[in-house]
Amino acid sequence: MSQTNPTHDAPPTRKLLTLVCEATLEPLLTHDLPALGAHGYTITDARGRGDHGERDGAWPAAANIRIEVICDEATARAIVAFVQQRYYANYGMVAWLSDVEVLRPAKF
Amino acid sequence: MPFEPVVLFFLLGLAAGILRSDLKIPGVLYESISLFLLLAIGLKGGVELAKHPVGELLGQAAIVVAVAALIPLAAFPVLRRLGGFARADAASIAAHYGSVSVVTFAVAAAWLAGRGEEAEGHLVVFLVLLEFPALVIGVLLARGGSREAPWGRILHEVLAGKSILLLVGGLLIGWAAGADGIRPLDRLFFDLFKGMLAFFLLEMGLVAAGRLGDLRRAGGFLLGFALLMPLAAGALGAATATVVGFSVGGAALLATLYASASYIAAPAAMRIAVPEANPALSIGAALGITFPFNLLLGIPAYHWLATQLHGVVR
Repeated sequence: MSQTNPTHDAPPTRKLLTLVCEATLEPLLTHDLPALGAHGYTITDARGRGDHGERDGAWPAAANIRIEVICDEATARAIVAFVQQRYYANYGMVAWLSDVEVLRPAKF
Repeated sequence: MPFEPVVLFFLLGLAAGILRSDLKIPGVLYESISLFLLLAIGLKGGVELAKHPVGELLGQAAIVVAVAALIPLAAFPVLRRLGGFARADAASIAAHYGSVSVVTFAVAAAWLAGRGEEAEGHLVVFLVLLEFPALVIGVLLARGGSREAPWGRILHEVLAGKSILLLVGGLLIGWAAGADGIRPLDRLFFDLFKGMLAFFLLEMGLVAAGRLGDLRRAGGFLLGFALLMPLAAGALGAATATVVGFSVGGAALLATLYASASYIAAPAAMRIAVPEANPALSIGAALGITFPFNLLLGIPAYHWLATQLHGVVR
């Protein structure tokens, strides 16, 4: 197989950036992310516990979201630097990066 | 019973929260019920508004809104100087107390209706008008003129937010359709209203129970503020309404509006506009103390005050 298509030897990788933050930030982040070069994102409701106590999602002030962005490393680092500078001080937010294998690299 | 019986659902939720029961109202239900309540309150106000000359309302509205602006402007220096709160926190709490609570208003209206006390139905217009000016004042106080605020985003958050949108939308639909046009919807929006309110209060009881810990950390000053501020603002509201010429019921409702503190629109707007303010303080005071205080003791007290003032003026 690898003889007919050499790219199969090195599957295309991208960064998966995951942000968990206050749901209040959703309108701000959905504005920021495309401006910082993300081609798309996925948002899901999230619940949990952390520095800001229990976030049970019972009402908007206690709701969290989880945002996932698949992008190249430079874009991921730019987004992390931006949210760190803009939101870390005053909002509940955690962010992490992981390597992921993607099936259609042109999309990201 | 001295207070509106539907308040018992709030106490049930509070008890469930304190007992760490596994009772949970799903977030989706909270969203659905708040949507229903806002639309129903708007519709009810619109139907009443249709019976009323709108021109007369403009003068009253100008006075009611201008006097209400005194509430955040007075609360801010009290919190900052006497309470020693940081500028952002004092401004955010002041904005919460300057703005209004839709559910407190609904409970007051139900309480008055249960006693057969007539009140101007078009007061819903003031509910809409009083919701956002205090939020703008809060942002101005927080910025102290020193930094550019993201005004476009703040105004969009407040004016296009669901609470203003549904209240104003319901008001316009009710006004345009009139009582006859809305009648086919009566069973959904008006007959079921109190049941929905009961569900919502149960949920707010649960949420309020989760906020009591924040308050313990905030200290005695905020606790005192959360009890005295609504009384002072309620007295101002009863006096203003009496001067403007409202009925006793109308004065009690306006006093309740002045006394109530927002815990839905204000937290959302302040979180975006004044991010450095600690939401635990403002929400803890508004929802943990002032909201139950108004439901249990405040509303009957404002009604009593309105009755006394009415007697003096007439």
